[in-house]
Amino acid sequence: MSGEHETSGEEVLHEREELAQAEHAIAESSPSVGAVRAAEALADVEPVPGVAKLDPILVADNVSRHFGGVRAVEVDHLEVQRGTITALIGPNGAGKSTFFNLVTGFDQPDSGSWSFDGTDITGTSAYRIARLGMVRTFQLTKALMRLTTLENVMLGATAQRGERMLVAPLRMVWKRQERDIEQRSDELLERFRLSHMRDEYAGTMSGGQRKLLEMARALMVNPSMVMLDEPMAGVNPALTQSLLGHIQALRDEGMTIVLVEHDMDVIMSISDWIVCFAEGKVIAEGRPSDIRTNRAVIDAYLGARRALPDRADTPKPVTEDET
Amino acid sequence: MDFLAILTNALRGALGPEAAIYALAAVGLNVHFGYTGLLNFGQVGFMLVGAYGTAISVLSFELPLGVGVLVGIACAVVLALILGIPTLRLRGDYLAIATIAAAEVLRYLYRSEWAEPLTGGVFGLKQFADGFFELNPFTGALDLGPFDFSARALWLMVVAWSAALLAAGFVGLLVHSPWGRVLRSVREDELAARSLGKNVFAYKMQSLVLGGVFGAIAGSLLAVNSQSLNPDSFMPIITFYLWTIMILGGASRVMGPILGSVVFWFLLTFLDSFLRQAIGAGLIPSSVLAPSDIGAVRFAAVGLGLMLLMIFRPAGLIGNQKELRLDVR
Ligand SMILES: Nc1ncnc2c1ncn2[C@@H]1O[C@H](COP(=O)(O)OP(=O)(O)OP(=O)(O)O)[C@@H](O)[C@H]1O
Ligand SMILES: [Mg+2]
Repeated sequence: MSGEHETSGEEVLHEREELAQAEHAIAESSPSVGAVRAAEALADVEPVPGVAKLDPILVADNVSRHFGGVRAVEVDHLEVQRGTITALIGPNGAGKSTFFNLVTGFDQPDSGSWSFDGTDITGTSAYRIARLGMVRTFQLTKALMRLTTLENVMLGATAQRGERMLVAPLRMVWKRQERDIEQRSDELLERFRLSHMRDEYAGTMSGGQRKLLEMARALMVNPSMVMLDEPMAGVNPALTQSLLGHIQALRDEGMTIVLVEHDMDVIMSISDWIVCFAEGKVIAEGRPSDIRTNRAVIDAYLGARRALPDRADTPKPVTEDET
Repeated sequence: MDFLAILTNALRGALGPEAAIYALAAVGLNVHFGYTGLLNFGQVGFMLVGAYGTAISVLSFELPLGVGVLVGIACAVVLALILGIPTLRLRGDYLAIATIAAAEVLRYLYRSEWAEPLTGGVFGLKQFADGFFELNPFTGALDLGPFDFSARALWLMVVAWSAALLAAGFVGLLVHSPWGRVLRSVREDELAARSLGKNVFAYKMQSLVLGGVFGAIAGSLLAVNSQSLNPDSFMPIITFYLWTIMILGGASRVMGPILGSVVFWFLLTFLDSFLRQAIGAGLIPSSVLAPSDIGAVRFAAVGLGLMLLMIFRPAGLIGNQKELRLDVR
């Protein structure tokens, strides 16, 4: 505690350096193994909505969900290639989160079916889907307030012996496993720069820290696929870069990542594949280069910005012109 | 006024079998609400089925008392399943409504003419706990100056307090395990727990059953304590005493309900004695407060005390005040 002030300056420098490195790494370095693998897998895939992939981990068919008169989701066909970072983009209210909720079992569709890793999981309850290896985070973070940060992360571990009621009072049965879980949790906390919050209640965390916590907790489940709903929202830029690094590292380890994100720079820099939603439908998919020039995306997603006079004809309005 | 007498009375109330029985039932409620966030407003219903399960087994089926207690526990498990299966998948308020209604429905059912052959209806049941008092190892009364407890009371106190403390200890073991961690995560956010692969429904069900079983044991002890049973001693107000006790001591604290019960009964009997003596000594004119009003006044005073507690120690006497300051963002 006492050394905090002395080190904070150094830490900032350190972070800045790391940020520079990370940006450098993403922009300049030769693509990672995972990126190459993903690019190869997607090389011959036509950039049209509903296109089939070589080795899809998630396949959704005719999934629809209406709220009253609002068509929230109406996906005819969507496949997510295994081992890629697939981004879902689309304007606010396009149905991205609802689609997440549907496929992860947190909401029931009006119709449709979907499968994960070859298993039909239509109508399967959310906890079973998580156990199968598809884990999601929430757009509005759900930190478990009156549990410590460590407990939040430890909770994510699966197949815990001590989680069965009859075994729970017998400490010696689960003590060793508990210690392993604690160690893994500590590693994850370290990775997400949350070690200093370890024994604090998660309720004392800031909004951005909660985002990080949620991601760490989801990874604790050891999923084969994570669905991240705006994981970077509210996270400071330096940490965003290192988060992106983590996400890429996970992909390189073979995990499939689906993420919803609004920041176009982020999307373009890390996605292997982009799916664009608008009014519940998939209106486009493709590699970042395809999406950049896609007419439908520009019309639907960037429509609001096009109304601004100075950006009227900029296909990718965020930073291209600043550099 | 005899302050020593008031104090000994109050202590007797704080340590008596009723305090232990209420503590045990509140330990069950603490499992429900304190650790799982379940809103059970019908804990008295679990006490009722426990008490009647015990008494009916002994009187109508001539089973030993111990088996009767097990029957009472089984009744509580069944009640928990009946209440839980339809409601625990829904929002929390459905369980609240179901429990509060079920407790009252059960009371009417057990006092109905239709059930009279078994339950004795409005007349209730008597003399079913002889087996318990035959086991009494205490031969003489305990006499400690102003304190004296009969052998019967001593035996009850030992058993009831042991049960309450064992229950609290067991809950302590459970909640400090991974199982308890899941339970607390369900309390904090069901969806988050579910997203991590936890079968939330099963955990809520286990919690409801466990807490209900403690309620049933408390009910059995209550029946044994008075050797008589009447449906109308299981009024909804008892559930609210239990809530008071749990919150007074500190919800989601292992020893909270125990401490809460001791303090609750101390205050209750203290006020009772005090007011009685004050009226007797003419300090309070009987035109202001008649002895028959004491019962109501002491509860009003307890209510006032609870309000003050909520203002100054909102998490209860031994609650974690820090937990309560966490805001929701
Ligand atoms: N529970 C609900 N009840 C009624 N309408 C809903 C509900 N959830 C979502 N909707 C509607 O469904 C549509 C899609 O919402 P969704 O949250 O999926 O959008 P989104 O693409 O995630 O948007 P954002 O980028 O703002 O997060 C919106 O029009 C929204 O109003
Ligand atoms: Mg959303």
